[in-house]
Amino acid sequence: MSHRDRRYDVIVVGAGHAGCEAGLAAARLGKKTALLTFSLDNVALLPCNPSIGGSGKAALVREVDALGGEMGRICDAALMQGRMLNTRKGPAVQSLRVQLDRKLYQRRMKYVLETTPNLFLKEGLVTRLLVEQGRVVGVKLRDGTTLYAPVVILATGTYLDSVIHIGDVRYSGAPQGQHPAIELAQSLRNLLPIVRFKTGTPPRVNLRSLDYSKLAKLEGENPLEGFSFETGSIEIEQVPCWVTYTNEATHAIIRDNLHRAALYSGAITGTGPRYCPSIESKVVQFPDRTGHQVFIEPEGWETNEGYLSGLSTSLPAEVQVELLQTIPGLENVEIMRWAYAIEYDCLDPFFLDSSLMTKEIWGLFCAGQINGTSGYEEAAAQGIVAGINAARLLDGESPITIPRSQAYIGVLIDDLVTKGTTEPYRMMTSRAEHRLYLRMDNADARLTPLGYQVGLIGEERYAAFQAKQEQIAQEVERLKRTPVGGDAETNAILRELGTTELRHGITMAELLRRPEISYDQLGRLCDLPDLPQNVRSSVEILVKYEGYLRKQQAAIERFEKLESRLLPQDLDYTKLRGLSREAVERLTLVKPRSLGQAARISGVSPADINVLVIYLETQKRSEG
Amino acid sequence: MTDQTIAAIATAIGEAGIGIVRLSGSKALEIADQIFSSRQGLPPSSLPGYSARYGRVVDPETKRTVDEAVLLVMRAPRSYTGEDVVEFQCHGGVVVVQRILEMALRLGARLAEPGEFTKRAFLNGRIDLSQAEAVIDVVRSRTEASLELAVDQLEGSLSRRIGAIREHLYDLVVRVEAIIDYPEDDIPEMEMDEMAEVIQAGLAELERLLATADQGKVLREGLKAVITGKPNVGKSSLLNRLLDEQRALVTDIPGTTRDIIEEVLNLKGIPLRLIDTAGIRESADVVERLGVERAVQLWSEADLIIHVLDGSVPLTEEDFQILAQTKDKHRVVVINKSDLPRVWDLADLPQADLGGAKIVEISLLEGELDPVVDAILDLVMQGVVREGTSSQAIITRARHKAALEQAKGDLEQALETLTSGLPLDLISVGLQGALEHLGEITGETVRENVIDRIFAQFCIGK
Repeated sequence: MSHRDRRYDVIVVGAGHAGCEAGLAAARLGKKTALLTFSLDNVALLPCNPSIGGSGKAALVREVDALGGEMGRICDAALMQGRMLNTRKGPAVQSLRVQLDRKLYQRRMKYVLETTPNLFLKEGLVTRLLVEQGRVVGVKLRDGTTLYAPVVILATGTYLDSVIHIGDVRYSGAPQGQHPAIELAQSLRNLLPIVRFKTGTPPRVNLRSLDYSKLAKLEGENPLEGFSFETGSIEIEQVPCWVTYTNEATHAIIRDNLHRAALYSGAITGTGPRYCPSIESKVVQFPDRTGHQVFIEPEGWETNEGYLSGLSTSLPAEVQVELLQTIPGLENVEIMRWAYAIEYDCLDPFFLDSSLMTKEIWGLFCAGQINGTSGYEEAAAQGIVAGINAARLLDGESPITIPRSQAYIGVLIDDLVTKGTTEPYRMMTSRAEHRLYLRMDNADARLTPLGYQVGLIGEERYAAFQAKQEQIAQEVERLKRTPVGGDAETNAILRELGTTELRHGITMAELLRRPEISYDQLGRLCDLPDLPQNVRSSVEILVKYEGYLRKQQAAIERFEKLESRLLPQDLDYTKLRGLSREAVERLTLVKPRSLGQAARISGVSPADINVLVIYLETQKRSEG
Repeated sequence: MTDQTIAAIATAIGEAGIGIVRLSGSKALEIADQIFSSRQGLPPSSLPGYSARYGRVVDPETKRTVDEAVLLVMRAPRSYTGEDVVEFQCHGGVVVVQRILEMALRLGARLAEPGEFTKRAFLNGRIDLSQAEAVIDVVRSRTEASLELAVDQLEGSLSRRIGAIREHLYDLVVRVEAIIDYPEDDIPEMEMDEMAEVIQAGLAELERLLATADQGKVLREGLKAVITGKPNVGKSSLLNRLLDEQRALVTDIPGTTRDIIEEVLNLKGIPLRLIDTAGIRESADVVERLGVERAVQLWSEADLIIHVLDGSVPLTEEDFQILAQTKDKHRVVVINKSDLPRVWDLADLPQADLGGAKIVEISLLEGELDPVVDAILDLVMQGVVREGTSSQAIITRARHKAALEQAKGDLEQALETLTSGLPLDLISVGLQGALEHLGEITGETVRENVIDRIFAQFCIGK
């Protein structure tokens, strides 16, 4: 191997959703980047649901796209079905969820990786992280070679010393029959604090064995607004998903075999996610429920494999067969892959700073499930931030930190590094303080300028983005200026639209504020410009909810004041007078970057914050 | 952080001769303009720094004069805090300073945190760097004292009732959030009526709670007491002896009608507002001067009625009428002239109309006043208010009241959003806001509780 093949600017370990985004971002920012994976056939694997998006997560995908990431584009190309969820629950929580062809998703992503300049996708199992004097210098591979780089991004997913449980059977393994990274896990344990988490996945079945007459059909929406800014509207022939329910017979089998479930037999010690419980946990924790929903999701255009969403389990194989057969439509089910629970190592995210670099080892970044998160979208979001910050570190630029008030990515990373996590962390809209602003429809407006500034959004895309913003602003202004009056003709139309008549003239914007009136309906009363669907819906949201959005903006400004009061990273909290002992411990561990972040740390009281405020002032004065 | 105008009572409440309410911040003068009327008619905002004016503090809502006061104006940056500072120097005691403080809060000031004036002084460069550590001590020690107090109050009935409201709101918020974040799980949708009912119940309970906070008006405004009885039974003697022996907190608060006079007494730490007619000292007779209707109204507004009877002359129809008409009130029945021979005894009073009245026999001419005072205090302690009236408790209560009022505002907004037919995520802004404001009282983190409760209550996830 030549010298050239062994020296990189950035090495990314793992080519899952975090690793792909990290590698792409670093390479696109001009860094010679090696992206390492166990198996080139498993790049961008979707080992659990063949789906992306949903509440909170859809906004993450759009945000990754706005920063210049890949996930949104690949989703749009590989989707088999898509639906907007929560359409009636308000502008802030509408979210796109798509079913994907897993293989297509992988192939597309792999092709992008292979064709991206500066990016070198390589098969190789990393066995050791090389650290010298507090700096990462490279990685050692199982094949005996060593690769060198001043920056390494760990995106190892659920593979670190992973153990698979199928009932009482337990073996060292990884998703899709792959290998766990045992030696790397050992090497990391010597460097960083490790916790053990657990997750699980349901059985995969052959769809030909289902009795569709007993299943409810779930159709997608066509046409569909895609994830990526670049995609626009998607019109394809979609495939349906199917819904059925467990019943008392299913639950009886589960109860009778509970002692054999790895989760209940004591075999599993790792902490599992509450939002993704196994069927046995659901039955135990909610004994009154007589049925639990099961979604049957196709795994691809060219496969008959189906995913039984809602039936994740750690029960033994023969019990899995028995319990599936009690479910309507699944009486003659052919199981193709067993459900399993998986335990894996991850890092305590307290040891990361907001740039996702470890505080102790210079140049070592971590992204994705290794940081205690769960979900493809959460992984991709961290991946792109780690990739950008890796490149910026090498360029001597300060890292990007996205505030909580600007993006779910900000909420995600801030939660991890400020509060840590005691279970695999999943994004939920309830985690965000400023949910009305963190919408899917304005993700591009929130983050494209940052993507452009860091260099991942090109001129052409940026110009298109600006043009869209201009269209939105102009149309909002126009509606505010356009009168609509209390004449008989208008009132006749208003009656038809099922809304109160007007006694005197108002503006179109005021009329649109009525909950029962949609933007498109205004076309009955005035000429509407020919605008794309996404522009029209943004205009509608901005006008309809203007009062609420303005209040939210005021709240964000108050919030950001504290965020902008920066704390020195080398501050020795033990030397500060007046802090409580608990505050000293927590502050020393987290090393908050701002007063706002410090205030969110549990155990840090308002009095402690006051002490920090006074400290900052004394510093300012002694410098000034 | 320092953009809000803060206000606080700067003197120890209770016994001091002068009470000072201090405001600091960009809105201090604007607020002063709205509540202070100087003798020359110049608004405070037109005054130069370091000036003092004599005038009246007027409640902008009722247009009633609260007290006469001296106003001090200090302008930024030449003030203690480095910001615009206004001080109202008025009569000491609970009533006036608390009212001025509440007006300031209503007009947009925020209650100062412990040590916050000192902190601002430091941050604005008015205190030397060498004093920084002393500032920390002030902030630290006072905050901890008030934290202890918060814990004390946590164990009290107020917090139990706040807790009950919060539980109902949590149930609602948790359902709303679960519906939003788990759209594909089997979580029953909420009907508008059902949500409105919970919000309205929460609002009603908050209003009741705020009303009980107003029962704390016993502390803040004084217990409203009316002395009544037919002519010549000794009402004026009682009033004059109370005024002579108990220190008056505020001399006079003249009413708009000039008919009503309030005398405020400090009755062993409990402010007692004696409601009287202007000429009571001369004519000593409410009924006579104002007519029965007005008298009945006065009784109904009173927290306490002191009914004076003459034990030396036979009871008349008028005595019985007053007893009957006031039987639903807290009462002290004072049987006067015990120095003279008694011509009737207790059995002659209609027991049904006597209710739980405290009965005291006394000679206002010769005897000690203590039995009357004790009877009043007994009633107060049993019923409306508890003991312990430190300045901290009052300030803390004002903070709680502010939080409750904000929570109420949030719920009203949520209800309005709901009834206008707007979607769930907008409704949730008000609901979460209300929970967070209630959480301020107990210092809990709402967002994480909501998430924990979602998982505990709903079978969620695929």
